[in-house]
Amino acid sequence: MMNNLANILGKLNVHALPSSPITAGAVIGGSIAVLAVIALITYKKRWTWLYKEWITTTNHKKIGVMYIIVAVLMLLRGASDAGMMRLQQATSVGSAHGLLSPNMFQQVVSAHGTIMIFFAGMGLMFGLINLVLPLMIGARDVAFPFMNSTSFWLFAFGAVLINLSLGIGEFSAAGWLAYPPLSELKYSPGVGVDYWIWSLQIAGIGSLLSGINFIVTILKMRAPGMTLMKMPMFAWSVLGAMTLVAFAFPILTVTLTLLALDRTLGMHFFSAGYGGNAMMYINLIWAWGHPEVYILILPAFGIFSEIVSTFSSKRLFGYKSMVWAIWAIVFLSYGVWLHHFFTMGAGANVNAVFGIATMLIAVPTGVKIFNWLFTMYRGRIRFTSPMIWFMGFVFLFTMGGVAGVLMAVPPIDFQLHNSLFLVAHFHTMIVSGVLFGYFAGITYWFPKTFGFRLNEKLGKYAAYCWIVGFILAFLPLYILGIMGATRRMDHYSASLGWQPLFIVAGIGASIIFIGLGLQILQVIVSIWKRNETKDLSGDPWSARTLEWSTTSPPPEYNFALLPVVNQRDAYWASKHSKTKTENDSYSPIYSPKNTSSGFFIGLFSLTIGFSIIWHIWWLLIIGFLGLVLTIILRTTSGEHEKVITVSQIEKIEIPLNGGTKA
Amino acid sequence: MSKKSKILIILLPIILILAVSVWYLSGQNVAVLQPAGVIGQKERSLIFIALILSAVVVLPVYALTILIAWKYREGNTSAKYTPDWDHSRVLETIWWGIPLIIITILSVITWNSSHALDPYQAIASKVKPIQVQVVALDWKWLFIYPKQHIASVNKFVIPLNTPISFNITSDTVMNSFWLPNLGGQIYAMPGMSTTLHLMANKAGSYYGSSANISGKGFSGMNFTADAVSSNSYNSWISSLAKSKSVLNLNNYNKLALPSTYNRVSYYKNVPDGLFENIIMKYMEPITNGSSI
Repeated sequence: MMNNLANILGKLNVHALPSSPITAGAVIGGSIAVLAVIALITYKKRWTWLYKEWITTTNHKKIGVMYIIVAVLMLLRGASDAGMMRLQQATSVGSAHGLLSPNMFQQVVSAHGTIMIFFAGMGLMFGLINLVLPLMIGARDVAFPFMNSTSFWLFAFGAVLINLSLGIGEFSAAGWLAYPPLSELKYSPGVGVDYWIWSLQIAGIGSLLSGINFIVTILKMRAPGMTLMKMPMFAWSVLGAMTLVAFAFPILTVTLTLLALDRTLGMHFFSAGYGGNAMMYINLIWAWGHPEVYILILPAFGIFSEIVSTFSSKRLFGYKSMVWAIWAIVFLSYGVWLHHFFTMGAGANVNAVFGIATMLIAVPTGVKIFNWLFTMYRGRIRFTSPMIWFMGFVFLFTMGGVAGVLMAVPPIDFQLHNSLFLVAHFHTMIVSGVLFGYFAGITYWFPKTFGFRLNEKLGKYAAYCWIVGFILAFLPLYILGIMGATRRMDHYSASLGWQPLFIVAGIGASIIFIGLGLQILQVIVSIWKRNETKDLSGDPWSARTLEWSTTSPPPEYNFALLPVVNQRDAYWASKHSKTKTENDSYSPIYSPKNTSSGFFIGLFSLTIGFSIIWHIWWLLIIGFLGLVLTIILRTTSGEHEKVITVSQIEKIEIPLNGGTKA
Repeated sequence: MSKKSKILIILLPIILILAVSVWYLSGQNVAVLQPAGVIGQKERSLIFIALILSAVVVLPVYALTILIAWKYREGNTSAKYTPDWDHSRVLETIWWGIPLIIITILSVITWNSSHALDPYQAIASKVKPIQVQVVALDWKWLFIYPKQHIASVNKFVIPLNTPISFNITSDTVMNSFWLPNLGGQIYAMPGMSTTLHLMANKAGSYYGSSANISGKGFSGMNFTADAVSSNSYNSWISSLAKSKSVLNLNNYNKLALPSTYNRVSYYKNVPDGLFENIIMKYMEPITNGSSI
């Protein structure tokens, strides 16, 4: 009987439950939080509302909000991992061995990187793009709303899967990119690497679909008159980033599949020996991994372009330069992946070529910084909290860029590779570049989405904490790298003299946590006092682009009448022109119907991933059949669009326009 | 608060932090900046050259950011305001051009230094090089002196001013052999041999580690490299030739079993071709045994 049960559940048994008090605590705490949310929804009788308004929605604004909620939760999980790492490295010295065992520490390290890039970074990015891109180009939704919902649910269930590893089994301890042979079955026999593979595979396919969706949206759905060279810079940066997604993510999908074949079916693509070649994996994963960095940073650059221009009350300087800079970065970012492993022993010619290509990226990036500065030059700069994030970004990102140029020189990289200097470098780029950019973007577009602004004072304090905390947390890591400290150490000898610097880094991390706390407080206070910061104008920042021309929050269809564009900064121009364009009368709007198919595609993908991880083959069949059936049902069901009639539009629009018909 | 005291409040902590860091670091081994070998010294000069060239762009950026942000703040209504001025061919040419020139200079430096400091290239010297074979194991480093038929774990000794040719492999997952005081690192990979050439010119005992995560014992995978006079080196070699343990195949397979935080140990009578056999093990077709 017990034997049969064991077979039914594959590799899954009672030993998969957490054994360490830290994980057990996290699992219990997490479960209580989930149960509390479920209880609250049941108590408030909000299940139907949740299902109709959110789970089945195909509206890009709601999908954007859901992306950001999941991403913020994942950001908090990634941050608590970071906190544990700082604590471990500040205390695990000499005879002391810290709170975490080496294996636990390595799981935390791997989870931190994976979660921050795939779920916090990508989630915030897709969330913001969903929120504003269609509005910004004067569209009523994305090109493929159902696919958009599917992308989100694949992302969300990928996040669910990675969090399941906390309570059921274990996570990968092979670093965030799981280099073989360490990630092969022989050296990582547990389910950790499988969790890593399948949560990324599910979320990654969602990202690929999103990439295609936004490319088509930008190319096909712009408002009449908005030629490519009249698009807002954010739209350009998204087009660049999504082009990278479309070409880079298939590489990730294939690489993960090959590793999964090695681990699940005993193949030898990347194994040590038997003809496997781990160097092939390292090339493939970085052929995705390097563009990925630019996928995250380009939209952040776009956000800064919008913010700097708005808060300087001035046109963006060097628009054409900016566009060329984006495409130079897109092009170059495919040709630099080898700089992640100069130390693998390629010849001097190869290393030098990739080193030079890497340095070249500094040119268009530098151009962008100069253009932002000259957007501010002769402007009227309002130092709102998004601008504080921007100022922090300019100083830190430039410093991180110098560190990057250093490491692009192969002989220098031989000394700094895989050291804490490298860790400090890429955190400078990703925290001060990507994260600061997204925080600024969230603050900037929050009133558009919810109809009221975030508390400015708390926002500024949070930004100051992040900037100061960042400097204190990461300058010591630069120094430690130069002193010879490698990354991912769970313990070091006291005689090396590293501990004081690790303690300073820990203090810096604590200040960042205060910043995070202030941001949570900011959201709570802002909701509490939302009547004080209500945005009735739809344009709280005196901004320039089309998303501010509609109400805050915008109606379901975004624009009752599609805007007509004659020049860049179309909304700014229309505010300042004396001749008002003649209004047409409303016509019916076709809007996508809600669908639960996206949710179920995600759910069945989760089932497939989970069953392969644990070798539960009957569940795999159910998951696969469910997935196929959902797709068949969706494609064969009739009408996917509903019509919003003129009278429905008038009902919404007339009160907004002060009682007059359009 | 007056303007001066505001600036002081910002500057004082910065100066204080700088002073404390300099004082602290002066007593420490800042390996990359205090190299004890020719390669490391050249790498350090490269770091300084690249830093100075970057400063040509970065310092103006910092100065401009502060100046522009201050001058064109909203409150300063006397500053010029040109809301529609968004293009200047001259300015844009400058900031495409100057970074491009600097990167071109850096590219030449990169090309030359990548070849001059290619880890595979032997160091020119009148002294005959010494070969050391390095094997990454779970979780310790094995150093084999093939000519001398001796081996050691987690420690090795080299003579000063003598080129050392390291041949590096792994009998487990990928690791990276990093000796920052002498300069540079190269991956250790199973089934392959990589090469690193270093030469010490300052006597001392230097810390080295694996720079690539390799499993639960990874943090204990450290070693010491002693750079000593050739007399001391010779006596170290002869003392090892008298050590108790023999590194035959049987003992090697025992040593290769996973273990953490290994002490330094020494071996004599290392058979010919051990290093090559360790590599060849991964070239065999599928067999049941995994030992040599």
